[in-house]
Amino acid sequence: MATYPETIPETDKSKRKLVEMNWDPITRIVGSLGIFTKIDFANREVAECYSTSSIFRGYSIFMKGKDPRDAHFITSRICGICGDNHATCAVYAQNMAFGVKPPPLAEWIINLGEAAEYMFDHNIFQDNLVGVDFCEQMVKETNPGVWAKAQSTKCPNSDKHGYSTIADIMTALNPFTGGFYRETLAMSRMTREMFCLMEGRHVHPSTLYPGGVGTVATIQLFTDYLVRLMKYVEFMKKVVPLHDDLFDFFYEAIPGYEKVGLRRTLLACWGSYNDPDSCDYTYKNMAEWGRKMFVTPGIVVDGKLVTNSLVDINLNIRILLGSSYYDDWQTAETFVARDPLGNPVDKNHPWNQTTIPRPQKRNFGGNYTWVMSPRWYDQRTGDHLALDTGGGPIARLWSTALSGLVDIGYVKATGHSVKINLPKTALKPEVEFEWKIPQWSNTLERDRARTYFQAYAAATALHFVEKALAELNAGRTSTWTDFKVPEEAIGCGFHEAVRGVLSHHVVIREGKIANYHPYPPTPWNANPRDIYGTPGPYEDAVQNTPIFEDNGPENFKGIDIMRTVRSFDPCLPCGVHMYVGDGKTIEVKHSPMFGAAGPE
Amino acid sequence: MAEKVSSITKAPAVSDVHILWITAGLSCDGDSVSVTAAEQPSIEDVLLGAIPGLPKVHLHNPVLAYENGDEFMKFFYEAEKGLLEPFVLVVEGSIPNESIKKEGYWAAMGTNPDTGQPITTCEWIDRLAPKALAIIGAGTCATYGGIHAMAGNPTGAMGLADYLGWDWRSKAGLPIVNVPGCPVQPDNFMETVLYLLYQVAGLAPMIPLDKQLRPTWLFGKTVHEGCDRGSYYEQGDFATHYGSSKCLVKLGCWGPVVDCNVTKRGWMRGIGGCPNVGGICIGCTMPGFPDKFMPFMDEPPGAKLSSNIIGTYGRFIRTMRSITNTTVNKEPKWRHRGRALTTGYQPTSY
Repeated sequence: MATYPETIPETDKSKRKLVEMNWDPITRIVGSLGIFTKIDFANREVAECYSTSSIFRGYSIFMKGKDPRDAHFITSRICGICGDNHATCAVYAQNMAFGVKPPPLAEWIINLGEAAEYMFDHNIFQDNLVGVDFCEQMVKETNPGVWAKAQSTKCPNSDKHGYSTIADIMTALNPFTGGFYRETLAMSRMTREMFCLMEGRHVHPSTLYPGGVGTVATIQLFTDYLVRLMKYVEFMKKVVPLHDDLFDFFYEAIPGYEKVGLRRTLLACWGSYNDPDSCDYTYKNMAEWGRKMFVTPGIVVDGKLVTNSLVDINLNIRILLGSSYYDDWQTAETFVARDPLGNPVDKNHPWNQTTIPRPQKRNFGGNYTWVMSPRWYDQRTGDHLALDTGGGPIARLWSTALSGLVDIGYVKATGHSVKINLPKTALKPEVEFEWKIPQWSNTLERDRARTYFQAYAAATALHFVEKALAELNAGRTSTWTDFKVPEEAIGCGFHEAVRGVLSHHVVIREGKIANYHPYPPTPWNANPRDIYGTPGPYEDAVQNTPIFEDNGPENFKGIDIMRTVRSFDPCLPCGVHMYVGDGKTIEVKHSPMFGAAGPE
Repeated sequence: MAEKVSSITKAPAVSDVHILWITAGLSCDGDSVSVTAAEQPSIEDVLLGAIPGLPKVHLHNPVLAYENGDEFMKFFYEAEKGLLEPFVLVVEGSIPNESIKKEGYWAAMGTNPDTGQPITTCEWIDRLAPKALAIIGAGTCATYGGIHAMAGNPTGAMGLADYLGWDWRSKAGLPIVNVPGCPVQPDNFMETVLYLLYQVAGLAPMIPLDKQLRPTWLFGKTVHEGCDRGSYYEQGDFATHYGSSKCLVKLGCWGPVVDCNVTKRGWMRGIGGCPNVGGICIGCTMPGFPDKFMPFMDEPPGAKLSSNIIGTYGRFIRTMRSITNTTVNKEPKWRHRGRALTTGYQPTSY
């Protein structure tokens, strides 16, 4: 099934001369990812792509039999950049399983912590890791003509960010020596201080618990947060126009660049920031309180909203075996036959998954990965959709825009866009940014959405500070509700990790964890072909990506591929493994890996 | 590349040092991310030469590197061949036991061009350890095994010293240097790197380490000894619910027996931390982490006895202090607008 848009022309692949190009490891991401491609230099496009990650840790195995209250402390350690997203999601699942609702103040504190995480993480990733792909040094080495054009192109938003030409922005992005690079790094520390105020430590929080938080809510706490937040708000008034200028320039300087990383719009968002006025953590009300989240959950297919119900989202998650180092679990125990509403739960649902690892040699013609293929079953068509998160922000903004439910003054979803209103700051006046649903789900729009979502996170944080202070001023200072761990229970948590959808599913028996399966964003984005032959999202995005880099095979950097892979904000501790395409006779240019171990 | 010789600062004993950083243990990369939060010193302070007396530092860390793939791996192959001297090796993540299975790999970095198979992290450690000037374990996974080495784990994970041997010495005579923490406290790590760079430059003596190979100046005190809630303990005043500002021992805090400076240092710029800001200490810097501290939210067995004993004494002390506190909350009686001066001074001139 072709899942890339029909705008990409099909070429006669039998006549292609393919050159193998490998990058192992891909740097400037979190975790270990190798990208193995076959490139058609004559037609200037990527023909095939294999991706592999090289780590197995086994959380679902060693969590069995442990105390369910420990789940958030343990699962935080899954990820070293968004560990707190895991801890938060685990707390959501614990709250459901334990039947506990935290005091509203605790929810505002968690929301403020998570907002700070988005502000920090998107910021450092965008401008210290992704930004290097757009910096002077890189552009000079890959597209000298683009560098020349950048030097003579004035920035339309120069008055807002202070850089005169596009080349000035690129120079400012040079690693460590670039001014904007260092400014961003410093800002990533201030936002982490904000995070530490709410959740204790970055990246593995110390003050989150099922039932609420241990953070001591005081006037000082929220003042310390707010003064930092306002500095970030001012920073956003420069950062958003800066990125608009940079990304618009690429469309202009390289005609056709919209096809880089382009794939059919199949976006997933599990929603973020619970609203304590509606969220009671019961499964039966989950669809309702899910719609009250301050980032609306939703599945977007071909630009249309399919559902924004967390119950629908939950029930149709399927974990399929791809080409991974695991045994099937069809004969293993079924933990949850029906959900609390009486709906049947599939054997391939995370509640019923059993992880049985079988380490073996890597074989690109067979098994070469530690990860399976998460899919979403579309009841309308019977398709197992390979949804992606687009690195998080593009899916969050798209889903929120279409649902049109969020309306808190600082943020308003319109049905076709999201308006972000930032108040006056020390040196800059009030500003309204509007993220409009883009024409493409591609590399540049994934990156652009990231910068807008930084502003979105700051805007929601302003709302949460007001709500938290209102609780405090009303004397409702409690941040934790007591609970008992039940002998038997199930729970699920839905959240947005920085780079996209995150779910945790837990089954409790005899007061201990009987089954636990977290599904973070990277398995969704970077999985292999599933049992139905449906390729994973990276495959669509990288495969058939046109190559605009000037370098030939001898000194090829693969910058268009690197930009595409990084646009998904890969986070490999969550697990990435990928396989695309059929084996072909090829000319080997770098390392002869496929020749030794893969298909001929 | 040689820097211009300064007339103010002494030239370091070596001009250039490479830091090779492997994140491909069983890790979450949280220690690399944590280190980007450091400010004392910051990573750019060290790389841009903002601290006097240091050699020029070249960092090869996959989270921050400009280079990709082969261009990045080049430094590791050069180091293996002895062409990148001197270098410090940083390892992040638990070391899996690759010998417990028939085939395949648990953790790897790069691909072996001869076999097409991944090069295991253990193999890289075997190749590089003999050539390294020093090896630093970053975070609790690399130092002692950590979360991925908990009971029931499928990979047989362990710490660096379990793998190389606790008596291992580098070619320069240095033991493994362990900077535990899950993740590592940002400044603790960078400060240790800075110390080692001073040592390499000939400006500092052998790094002082304890038996668990931790820098003594960072891990010589317990969490409790640095905790600003310690006085609640002394007064037998214990929190009964999370969110309280009192001592958290009865809610699962292991601070009294855990070696860590987080309560003194905070997490960043003195902000955040653990029990000092409402998070129970779960012992994340310790060789016994996590199993010996689980379930985390129960009162540590040892704390039951000691907190009960301190209870009687503490309540008495608290009562006495409360009386004194009431007294010192009142101003002395001579501060008034009356017509007579009652301070004790006897004026003769007015």
